[in-house]
Amino acid sequence: MGLESKLGNMGVVTTTLEQVVNWSRTRAMWPMLFGLACCAIEMMAAQASDFDMSRFGMELMRASPRQSDLMIVAGRVSRKMGPVLRRLYDQMPDPKWVLAMGDCCSCGGVFNNYAIIPGVDEIVPVDVYVAGCPPRPEGLIHGILTLYEKVKGEGVKTWS
Amino acid sequence: MDTDNANQAMDTTLEELRHLVSDRALEGETMLLNMGPQHPSTHGVLRLLLELDGERVINCVPDIGFLHTGIEKNMESKTFHKALVMTDRMDYLNNLGNNLCYCLAVEKLVDLDVPERAQAIRVILVELQRIASHLVFLATHALDTGAMSVFLYCFREREIILDIFEMCSGERMMTSFIRPGGLWRDVPEGFEDAVRNFIRILPKRLKQYSNLLSKNPIYLSRSKGIGPISGEDAVSWGLTGPNLRAAGVPFDLRKANPYSGYERYDFDVPVGTNGDVFDRYMMRLQEMAQSLRIVEQALDHLPGGPVRSDNRKFVPPPRSEIGTSMEALIHHFKLWTEGFSAPEGAVYVAVESPRGELGCYLAGNGGPKPYRVHFRTPSFAAIQAIPVLVRGFLVADIVAIISSIDPVLGDSDR
Amino acid sequence: MDVLNRAVETLQNALKDKVLSVDVFRDQTTVDLDRAGILEACRILHDDAALRFNLLAALTAVDYWPKEPRFTVVYQLYSIPNRVFLGLRVPLESDAAEVDSIESVYPNANWHEREVFDLFGVDFKGHSDLRRILMPKDWEGHPLRKDYPLGYEEVQFSFNFDEIDDQKPYAKE
Repeated sequence: MGLESKLGNMGVVTTTLEQVVNWSRTRAMWPMLFGLACCAIEMMAAQASDFDMSRFGMELMRASPRQSDLMIVAGRVSRKMGPVLRRLYDQMPDPKWVLAMGDCCSCGGVFNNYAIIPGVDEIVPVDVYVAGCPPRPEGLIHGILTLYEKVKGEGVKTWS
Repeated sequence: MDTDNANQAMDTTLEELRHLVSDRALEGETMLLNMGPQHPSTHGVLRLLLELDGERVINCVPDIGFLHTGIEKNMESKTFHKALVMTDRMDYLNNLGNNLCYCLAVEKLVDLDVPERAQAIRVILVELQRIASHLVFLATHALDTGAMSVFLYCFREREIILDIFEMCSGERMMTSFIRPGGLWRDVPEGFEDAVRNFIRILPKRLKQYSNLLSKNPIYLSRSKGIGPISGEDAVSWGLTGPNLRAAGVPFDLRKANPYSGYERYDFDVPVGTNGDVFDRYMMRLQEMAQSLRIVEQALDHLPGGPVRSDNRKFVPPPRSEIGTSMEALIHHFKLWTEGFSAPEGAVYVAVESPRGELGCYLAGNGGPKPYRVHFRTPSFAAIQAIPVLVRGFLVADIVAIISSIDPVLGDSDR
Repeated sequence: MDVLNRAVETLQNALKDKVLSVDVFRDQTTVDLDRAGILEACRILHDDAALRFNLLAALTAVDYWPKEPRFTVVYQLYSIPNRVFLGLRVPLESDAAEVDSIESVYPNANWHEREVFDLFGVDFKGHSDLRRILMPKDWEGHPLRKDYPLGYEEVQFSFNFDEIDDQKPYAKE
């Protein structure tokens, strides 16, 4: 985008800029409330007092897609819900990431039938998959920290 | 993904709902608003189409099916034992209760006995699950009406219960611990201490929650007189459980048609008066205290003995027997490959889930797989009654009414 | 027990030959009715002062394809004062899969009948709003019928991993 063309290849300056921007993105990433089924309860438990997610920057969950940067798809995605999910993903502004929480949105999970989309990566590009049925809150937090590692590794060229 | 077609299928036009909205909407006088499937206070993926006159609700059309998982058809292709896993995931706040309903139906269909110790432990676990479910109700209901700290307190108590479940089965939520014939295995050593510790802690915490909400003027003005329903209307709309008892009808399946040894325990059934949001909240708060009484009685009189039926035609033998007995090996092989067969016929078994009457209609045809299994879920009936409850109230009241009914969309859509 | 015997007697006296059979399986009573008699039977059971079956607990259907009669619509009624369950069954042929709606007697039958219509294709005459409820509105077919496929995806093991991976429609952006 514009930033890269203006700065050109300035070596040290761009890498420090990358580090600062990526660090700040990970420090206050707001997830969008997208709890669908059982995994949503574990997501709520992760937000609550015993496994506090606010320690990692996710102080609140914004219900509006326009104000969030992370979509945690928690639960099974049925065929009726698929278009809704895509529309919400399109409404999120860049930069945005998707974390598929649980087995049902990673690969269809326990269910293998007409009503469930086998894996939400058929609809939106997924950055991190967290396995479990439902994953423990610590598992979700591990997934989020893995996402942070991924964000820190992004460079100026990959910013959209 | 063909987004244009998909978008068309998603959008609802006035034409389709002509017969459900009032004439004023067709003239454009009132506004049609979509309270979409993704919403912070709809307790899951529920879509409400509201017809509003300013802030007042004239009409409301619920649209469900966003979490339809095809569990009933999927269970038809698995054996009776393997299909149990799917029942955990229906009403995901009442996992053990769903297991119990399905297991009671299977046991009735094949006429299988359950030992006393298994029945008592089933009661303990299901009542603990009821308390956990009501804690989530309290947390989300308080969150919706503005009291956010109750959310954090309730989840703290729920963690203690989930630790007990994890101690027994290894899983916090989807335990599949209750199996046809009894339980999966006996409860471990620290179970009794953990439950007694919980019995000691909870009454004080319940008093704290009651102090925070029951006399709070803000909460009272948001809940008293909001969304009332009479007893007769509640019965004709199929409401059961705390929603029905709040309307004044003292109907509890644990007292009316007892199962799994409930007739041995002494507990009260709280009943409300006018069926509004406040009464429904008080019902669940008092039910938690009564559940604790049942748990304590069951734990005090816990009998010894086996936890699973001896009938080797239906229950797999323990691993230790397989090395020594030939019949045990054959039973083990037959049960894990083909599964046990059910006679031709159908049964209907109903239990009291935290949301109401959860019924399982199970039909067998002589084979090892259920021919038809249907779950009569309480949330399906409760969501159907939402238009009756919200008519004439404000948009903000809709949120309070929905959370007071305590719907779980996995339960309603299956 | 007494109430159930009385209910069966009342139905047999009022409907005569529309009552096809009475079954007792595992202590549960079920009455098979002809499709023309279901609305009247529900009205009798609901309004009778001694029987008072005021709660419609469940309404579902079973598909016996390829046997005839193909569908059986199952009703479970409960009497709160008398604390008993009674089951009713209506067998339907596949080329005449329609039955009267009991919405006028039990308002909560509305959504249950919509669900049976959606998943089985049984038509309910006199229903106020018969459209799909669980499946998307443009879905074709009735999923819970026995001739409708389960619709599963083949499981990806290591020997067929690449084949299935190529066919899976991943989202690009």
